[in-house]
Amino acid sequence: MRSRSIEILVGLFLVCGLVAALALAMSVSGLTLGSKDTYKVYAHFENIGGLTEKAEVTVAGVQVGTVSKIELDPQMLVAKVEMKIFADVDYLSVDSSVQILTSGLLGGKYIGLSVGAEEEVLIEGSMIEDTQSALVLEELIGKFLFDKVSE
Amino acid sequence: MFDMLAALGRQGISYIASLGKATLVVIHALFVWPQPIKNMPLLLKQLYSVGVKSLLIITVSGLFIGMVLGLQGYTILVDFGSEQSVGQMVALSLVRELAPVVTALLFAGRAGSALTAEIGLMKATEQLASLEMIGVDPLRRVVAPRLWAGFISMPILSMIFAAVGIYGGALVSVDWLGVYSGSFWSVMQASVDFYDDVLNGIIKALVFGLVVTWIAVYQGLECIPTSEGIAQSTTRTVVYSSLMILALDFVLTALMFGDI
Repeated sequence: MRSRSIEILVGLFLVCGLVAALALAMSVSGLTLGSKDTYKVYAHFENIGGLTEKAEVTVAGVQVGTVSKIELDPQMLVAKVEMKIFADVDYLSVDSSVQILTSGLLGGKYIGLSVGAEEEVLIEGSMIEDTQSALVLEELIGKFLFDKVSE
Repeated sequence: MFDMLAALGRQGISYIASLGKATLVVIHALFVWPQPIKNMPLLLKQLYSVGVKSLLIITVSGLFIGMVLGLQGYTILVDFGSEQSVGQMVALSLVRELAPVVTALLFAGRAGSALTAEIGLMKATEQLASLEMIGVDPLRRVVAPRLWAGFISMPILSMIFAAVGIYGGALVSVDWLGVYSGSFWSVMQASVDFYDDVLNGIIKALVFGLVVTWIAVYQGLECIPTSEGIAQSTTRTVVYSSLMILALDFVLTALMFGDI
């Protein structure tokens, strides 16, 4: 009886460890097993200014997907961003526009998607044409100083 | 002059000899494992006394450390208007550093000292010698299950610590201080990487588990078999393992996260 209760407690201990590992994997590091159904859309940006993979894609502040890949387009020499949009969000029109935004003063970058008016919707492999790059603080300051000087 | 040199040399030799002996003990105990079925109850018993009994202190300290991190992080980050990053701060500091290190320190105090005292008393009362007399290898029967139990339970305890701590941080910052829960978790998930952060934390915990139980077992085997000697060895276990944990933590962090 005594050794049986020890066995049960040790089993419980191992289960606790497994649950903790799952919690760390799933809800803390956002690892997904057998990934959630998504479709990919692409966009070109002149400057991504610190956008990273796994950043959120939002519509009106609500997450609808994540940034899955960022690479340099060798022909156009601009950044090509691949976004995975959740499959249940299948009503975003093709003339939507995307914008790289910053959350808070020090927060990370994310992509804000403004939905257009077109009937046709974004599907796997679509390219979003209307994009707006990240605001780069140095450029803004440079512009400001230049305006001041020319006054 | 020569006497001093000789004394230094003697100390150096005995130090290196004890290092070698400790290595032989750990290799012998870890890699000689001939009867897993027969030895399973021994391992289970050690897992119980090393792992299950440490569970309470680990969860309680994990909860409070996570809550303090949430509170401190919030009060600093709210000045910059980026209080949603508190999730990232809590998760990264727990998963990378605090969970393995604090768990190992608590583990050294809670389980390591008990291991040393137990084995030391076995030696003092000549139980180890009588085991050898009846043809049972004390390394195999006494030391190996304890080493394996420490090696197995440290990463589990560290993961429990981290998970409980993160939920404690979430409790304070989301439920009490009013950080928006969606951005709390999504900022955390965007910045914590499973392989780079969580797995490296587990590797740290594995290394610490091995080092702490190794020191504890070796100090027990090598203690002077008197009540005073056992007291000394127990103290030495806690001091040595704490120092080793902190020093190894720097080395491991530099290897894993730093570009040194």
